Amino acid sequence: MSAIASPRNAVVAARAAFGTSSTGQIYGVLVLVLVVTWSLILATGGNINLTNTLVRSVALGIVAVGQTFVILGGSLDLSVAYQVSVTAVVASVLMDGDPGNIWWSVLAVIALGAAIGAINGIIITAIHINAFIATLGTSLILRGALNATFDNYAGEVPDEFQPLGYSRFLGIPYSVLLLLAIVATGWWILRYTRFGHHLYAVGASEETARLSGVRSGRVLIGAHTICSITATLTGLFIISRLSAGAPWVGPDGNYDLESIAAVVLGGTALSGGRGGVLGTFAGVLILALLDNAFNQLQINTFLKDVVRGVIIIAAVAIYALRQRRDVR
Amino acid sequence: MRGVRDGMTDPTTSQTAGAVGLDSDRPILRLSRINKGFPGVKALTDVDLEIRVGEVHALMGENGAGKSTLMKIVAGVYQPDSGTITLDGEPVHFAHPREAQERGISIIHQEFNLLPERTVAQNIFLGREPKRGWIVDSREMERRTSEILTALGVERSISPRAMVGRLSVAQQQTVEIAKALSFDARIVVMDEPTASLSPAEVDALFSRIRALQERGIAFIYISHRIDEVMALSQRITVLKDGRNVGTVTTADTTASQLVSMMVGRELSSYYPPYASPEEIGEPVLEIVDGGNERLRDIDLTVRRGEVVGIAGLEGAGRTELARAIFGVDPFTTGTMRLEGDTVHFTHPRQAIRAGIGFLTEDRKVEGLVLPQSIRDNNLLAWRSIGRSGRLRNLPPPDPADQARRVDLRAAGFDQEVRFLSGGNQQKVVLMKWLSTGARLFIFDEPTRGIDVGAKAGIHELIRELARAGAAILMISSELPEVIGMSDRIVVMRNGTIAGELPRESTETEIMALAAGEADVKVAS
Amino acid sequence: MSTVTGIPPKGYQAIPDDSPARRVLRGMLVTAPIFIVLAILLVWITIENPNFTDPPIFLLFLRRAAPLMILAAGQLFVIISGEFDLSVGAIITTVVIVAARLTNGDPDRTWPVIALLFAGGIVVGLANGLITTRLGVPSFITTLGTMLMLNGATLWWIGGTPKGSLPDNFRQWGRLGIDDVPWLGQLPYSVIALVIVGAFGTWLLHGTSYGKQVFATGGNPRAAWLSGVDVPRVRTVAFVLSAISAVIAGILLGGFTGVSPSAGEGYEFQAISAVVLGGAVLGGGRGAMIPALAGAMTLEALFTLLNLLGLPQPLRYSVQGVIIIIAVGIAAFRGRKTR
Repeated sequence: MSAIASPRNAVVAARAAFGTSSTGQIYGVLVLVLVVTWSLILATGGNINLTNTLVRSVALGIVAVGQTFVILGGSLDLSVAYQVSVTAVVASVLMDGDPGNIWWSVLAVIALGAAIGAINGIIITAIHINAFIATLGTSLILRGALNATFDNYAGEVPDEFQPLGYSRFLGIPYSVLLLLAIVATGWWILRYTRFGHHLYAVGASEETARLSGVRSGRVLIGAHTICSITATLTGLFIISRLSAGAPWVGPDGNYDLESIAAVVLGGTALSGGRGGVLGTFAGVLILALLDNAFNQLQINTFLKDVVRGVIIIAAVAIYALRQRRDVR
Repeated sequence: MRGVRDGMTDPTTSQTAGAVGLDSDRPILRLSRINKGFPGVKALTDVDLEIRVGEVHALMGENGAGKSTLMKIVAGVYQPDSGTITLDGEPVHFAHPREAQERGISIIHQEFNLLPERTVAQNIFLGREPKRGWIVDSREMERRTSEILTALGVERSISPRAMVGRLSVAQQQTVEIAKALSFDARIVVMDEPTASLSPAEVDALFSRIRALQERGIAFIYISHRIDEVMALSQRITVLKDGRNVGTVTTADTTASQLVSMMVGRELSSYYPPYASPEEIGEPVLEIVDGGNERLRDIDLTVRRGEVVGIAGLEGAGRTELARAIFGVDPFTTGTMRLEGDTVHFTHPRQAIRAGIGFLTEDRKVEGLVLPQSIRDNNLLAWRSIGRSGRLRNLPPPDPADQARRVDLRAAGFDQEVRFLSGGNQQKVVLMKWLSTGARLFIFDEPTRGIDVGAKAGIHELIRELARAGAAILMISSELPEVIGMSDRIVVMRNGTIAGELPRESTETEIMALAAGEADVKVAS
Repeated sequence: MSTVTGIPPKGYQAIPDDSPARRVLRGMLVTAPIFIVLAILLVWITIENPNFTDPPIFLLFLRRAAPLMILAAGQLFVIISGEFDLSVGAIITTVVIVAARLTNGDPDRTWPVIALLFAGGIVVGLANGLITTRLGVPSFITTLGTMLMLNGATLWWIGGTPKGSLPDNFRQWGRLGIDDVPWLGQLPYSVIALVIVGAFGTWLLHGTSYGKQVFATGGNPRAAWLSGVDVPRVRTVAFVLSAISAVIAGILLGGFTGVSPSAGEGYEFQAISAVVLGGAVLGGGRGAMIPALAGAMTLEALFTLLNLLGLPQPLRYSVQGVIIIIAVGIAAFRGRKTR
């Protein structure tokens, strides 16, 4: 019996995944938010819009999984928003309305994303530049290049690509399946691969990891590459719901700071070494539920920002408190 | 002046050095004419070193002598500027510690390299997690970890799944040792491994080392503890100022010979004289019935001119006592009086204003701001405590005079303290407290990680501070230091005071109190 | 005080010492590279536009640069203490919008509103500081949260579209100055503010105990605390300084930009970039005031140059990004070599 398949290990894995108290906690909060918001919505005669909520989570959720990797490693990626834009525009241009172009365009864009991620990683590890500054720099570079070349919708997305955005499989939208697949893959990588173990180590203490033979540079480059690939997938998802890509889709969605917010909301420590994608998933869902609730209850969207700010701070404060109590 | 007593050899070891079976003098590792320099300092000059199969080879020398640098070269952390390293007869070059590890050379650093948020098993197998296909085999990892922990005798107290951050310091040390042992290493470098171990744990470590020696594993043992080195090693190499001044056979040498090799002169004694009765004045610190979460029933008095030594095993509560006095983890019961005034500190600032100085165990982490200059570190406390009350008449610190007083060696007052040696760093910390006009000094392991020459200097300083009218509380795990320095010895155990002993008590008497009668296997 | 006895003499050598003036200068001019970069940019601008060195023209440049430089001055305290302040952009936006709404064009309201704005800034700074120090929330997250809250609250209050306008005696601070100054022409109020803030900031950071405590707090917070530094208070004061500098920057910016919901957008990143260009380390413990101001001026010089060169607007972002990476990379490289 393989190492994964045995039932005992399934239980152990489940307990490991949810037993980390902070992850369990945030799921508790998720349930609470769900109950409260849905009750309020139903009480005021609105629609729960579960599917809608999930679909809204997809774009942020996919890139937040990637951001989780980067933050776990003790790094940060502020350039994801513009990476999403770059993907959207380039893919749209490459596809150029022709369904025959879809597959190789997707591959090309993923390769481009991976390259950008690798470059981010290299700048940070080889030149020893702080991740904040390095990714701020690349986001500016991408922004400039993008806006200098395109100032409007560009390219054309063939209709055949739209199922990703709109169709369902057994009642579940493809996009949601994609998100779930990415979350599952991310979880699996972190828990079961050496890369995942090393990523946690590098985030907790790069020095210790390196002295133990971990190639911290490679690990971080890998994390940034994964993050960029998820940004790419988000870009692809976005254009599957549009007829063409545009340079503003990334910054409009605020994916940089929002993905970081979702990650820390989910219990991953900003300093690295602690947390995981399951928590991030819960964080994304909470934000999406709040979004939906505010819309349905017709509360001013600006107030939503205030509430989000409060929630993020409160969540991280609670995590910090637990951490102080647990580890001496 | 009193002499070094030979009775300081570890009495728990009846084995004489050299009795371990070695059937060959075959060298396994040879370093030849190693040179290493850093900007501003030449760390190693033409150092030769030879390590034989299955020997425990001790490395001694002052801080700054180059021991740490040399060992980092052996372990692949640094690369030499010139010279050769030969392993099993063939030249090797380690560009990275991993290469050294793969060739069988492991190093256990003085500061642990553990990840608090990962489990014991994950820490031990970091970087070499066992795999089945693409997947990390956690079960196998934990099984192998259990094996090693059992072999070390700690399977009951440490589980492979335990989070390292929740283990005690001594347990973390054990995990570090387990990690090195898990590498099937042929040479294990240990840098001050027993700094935080109890005598029982030291025994276990020594037995383990001897057992591994019989399998042909060699140890390079860096330590300042002469008694341990004499008990454990077969040969000793002494470094001084970056050079190898000699390798001796342990059985053929004495403690004082070693010391003179390290500092280059015959030192007939280590310790300054005790305080005479006239020199001891009124109480400066009085604690009655003090207690908090970790301490209870603390009754303690320290007088002007007196050095009170605090002895005890790891975990007995000595540092906790210091922190309670200083306001870090304050007392919740009882009373504390400072020169007659009842005080209760909840913040170090208050304690500092009242005239207490605390030299912590780990000066680099808690005592100094490493990127800042000597001057800024010196003035750090003085700048933070304001000018009101008692401090109104405090004269501004004179760095030059203080530096002379403590015999500080540095290139300039604007030099960043991270470039100083351990002993000089400790002196800067002391200068910081001198600047605040402290009248009660708490020293926590004042000479840990400091070479013999500088140690004596610190001891002199402590005694001189007392003579100038300060009250001194000195926590130390080095029994010779406790015995040599203390006018009175207070022994702690389990968070309370187990007893008080007069000066010049024996190690046996102190250990009996510290460990509780039942645990002592000491031959008296 | 007697010297140490008992150790066989190794020969004690007195430690050499610099004069206070040399020390102060060395401490303040920690990073040379940024000045070289700035000089190159200024020279290049002059080549493109020889009028640049005319005092009135140069003062206009300074007037434009002043808000960012003042912002950088405040951010520097936060960065050296080991934290981030991402809320300054939102503070600027709030200042501009709230000022417009509350004054509604009425000059008599200017001073009370300005007082209110400063009070509000202090409150935000205190909030940032207390949340970070008392609740243990990393400042990145705290100030991200306050940024969201400020933006949300402000826009909610005005219902989405900015209303009102700024009276002339409010806008004058950003736009006008003292007229008929010999040789200089008009001395912009912004520049006066810049000089005052710069001088005050330099004194506070490099000349006072508080400043040394900021460095200690960022360099080793634990050791600083054990040495009596009130670390939470030092950090909170730094946040307050940063918020106040944002209020000043906002008032100046309100003078010549329009009143819009994106008035302050992006300024937090520019301020942090400026400070880092000036040699501050994002982990805390290192940095200096004059180089940080130079870093901000460098960014503005860069924008000016790119305009003069006729580069398409968007490309200026790319150039900014490249410069930031190169500058920080060089500093990191030099830093490693001295170890």
